[in-house]
Amino acid sequence: MDHEKVDQILDEHQGKPGSLIHVLMELQGEIHWLPRDVLMKVGEKLQVPFRQVLQTATFYKTFRLEPPGRHEVHVCTGTSCHVRGGRRVLEKAGEVLGIAPGETDAQSRFTLVEGNCLGCCTLGPEMIVDGEHHSGVTPDDVEDILKKYE
Amino acid sequence: MTRMSSAAELEKFREDILSSRDPERLSVAVCSGTACLGRGNAGVLRAFEEEIKKQSLGREVDVRATGCHGFCERGPNVVIQPEEICYMEVSPEDVPEIVSETLAGGRIVDRLVHTDPDTGEKGAHANEIPFYRNQVRNLIGDNTRIDPRSLEDYLAVGGYSALSRALFEMDPRGVLEEVKKANLRGRGGGGFPAGLKWETARNAPGDEKYVIVNGHEGEPGAFMDRALFTGNPHRVLEGLIIGAYAIGSGRGFIYTRHDNPPLVRNINTALEKAREAGLLGENILGSGFSFDVEVHFDVGIFVSGESSALMRSIEGKNPEPRPKYIRTSVSGIWNRPSNLNNVETWANVSQIIGKGAEWYAGIGTERSKGTKLLSLSGVICNTGVVEVPFGTTLREIVYDIGGGIRNGKKLKAVHFGGPMGGSVPERFLDTPLDFDEMSRIGAPIGAGGMLVLDEDADMVELTRFYLDFLTNESCGKCVPCREGIRQMLKIVGRIGRGEGRPGDIELLEEIAEVSGAASLCSLGKTAADPLKGALRYFRDEYEANILTREVE
Repeated sequence: MDHEKVDQILDEHQGKPGSLIHVLMELQGEIHWLPRDVLMKVGEKLQVPFRQVLQTATFYKTFRLEPPGRHEVHVCTGTSCHVRGGRRVLEKAGEVLGIAPGETDAQSRFTLVEGNCLGCCTLGPEMIVDGEHHSGVTPDDVEDILKKYE
Repeated sequence: MTRMSSAAELEKFREDILSSRDPERLSVAVCSGTACLGRGNAGVLRAFEEEIKKQSLGREVDVRATGCHGFCERGPNVVIQPEEICYMEVSPEDVPEIVSETLAGGRIVDRLVHTDPDTGEKGAHANEIPFYRNQVRNLIGDNTRIDPRSLEDYLAVGGYSALSRALFEMDPRGVLEEVKKANLRGRGGGGFPAGLKWETARNAPGDEKYVIVNGHEGEPGAFMDRALFTGNPHRVLEGLIIGAYAIGSGRGFIYTRHDNPPLVRNINTALEKAREAGLLGENILGSGFSFDVEVHFDVGIFVSGESSALMRSIEGKNPEPRPKYIRTSVSGIWNRPSNLNNVETWANVSQIIGKGAEWYAGIGTERSKGTKLLSLSGVICNTGVVEVPFGTTLREIVYDIGGGIRNGKKLKAVHFGGPMGGSVPERFLDTPLDFDEMSRIGAPIGAGGMLVLDEDADMVELTRFYLDFLTNESCGKCVPCREGIRQMLKIVGRIGRGEGRPGDIELLEEIAEVSGAASLCSLGKTAADPLKGALRYFRDEYEANILTREVE
């Protein structure tokens, strides 16, 4: 973890409780998740009670309180992907990786995410790995797609 | 770019841009909308840049990475301007041929143009392709003509002339009256008249007032706002500045998605360029009116699109809605008057001021004016972003534009409004798209997500899906919403598994009524709408799952 970068972000927003969400976003963008000691620092710097920092960090789905795997597998569960069979793709991905949505495998290779609609409804069912879109995915495609990511 | 400080300077700058540009000049618009990027259009864009250099056409041809063209189904899309030749499903390998044939030779590459699946007829130009021909693209049409990062491109299509008109030829009251006369209704879901909302904020006591763009678009199956906002950010911004002038606001907020990098980048670029040019910030165009905007992000919860929740989020707090005994237009962010409108609503403002309320009110139905953007998805042939005048029938949208149902299946239902909307069966297809008509039949337009379902759709499962979504998205502050949705989900779940008990349907109706009446915000109030609609039109599917159990 880059402590200097963390301090830099916190210094920019020192004493501004209203910046809480912005700061958490920036920190996660930098270090990929939000460790507890960093959240405590956020509270001190922004003068927000730790309780409130935790409340916000746990409320929004985007914030991670555990370290993610090297690759993020996002299977869209929006309506359009759903009516085209997205649920079966998600189940298959879980089966292949041996984890449930929201979990990371023991080797820290993959994190499986039940994804919000990203607005690519025309391409569904979609599986997005590290931002790379795979469209019109069937359960049979899942294993081959995941193989490509080490 | 030098800061402009009068209407005359803006017009001079526009003239300079136009006179330096040849209207016949070739330009390649490579769609960089979410879906086309997902299909790999970045590679197509690179291929065009390289190939044009290779064939030494750099002086004659412009290449633009543009916003969404709309026909997502057939992406990656490429449009050659000014002739509007539409090439579809373009791959980087097709690019050398397009460059040598079309750009250098003036000939059309036949294999890349649209073929009508019914008639086999080819259509190379937008006006020959049913998907485009049957739309009225007043809002999204400029997407193929401008680079969203270029202020000059927006000025070249007449941008900011409405702002200049508002600031120098009209007083704030006049702007407000024009918007009221146009009967612009909110596009975010409620269909509330924007002019009346503006008036409430304008008349509310206090000097410090805010205007807000709701660009949250959290509804699954809705993607038209980001198509418009990413592809033409200045248009939304121009509407916002005009609105701020009418309301008397000096500070604005854009609340939008964090998970769409091109959207975030284009908004930020637009704000920077507008500031540099004197169109935003202190003393806009020398008019004496000052206004600036900051950007805030949703970080992943549906309820933060609700207006009072969104305002809490801008304050840096958790997005929990509050009861609206006092409207947010009177008491919103930091308890100050805060006028919130959706992306599409703001985007409509400049044409109302530019072309006049009378022109605007000539489009649409008696009570729903203008055009509406729709996100067409589900099991329909032509998915994508569609813009039609109000009054267009659902049948025209599904068949003339959407090309009908996939795999030759039959249409079962059309669902509007996502998890808080409703489905209507096939017999309502001749209903005109209209806020009030659609609400009356039980499929309120909502933000404009239009999901088409075929004969295989399971209406119990669809309801279960939406309830499951809302259980996860409810903020949990008020009990009727948090517990009501959860209980409905449990019951619909067991009906879906064929384990429905006698009395379940009646119990669902009772919970739906109570959670609808007692929830704080519209998430809870309308959470049961898909269920109510399903029970109204597809009740037999529910009953079947209960009866079979009894027979066993």
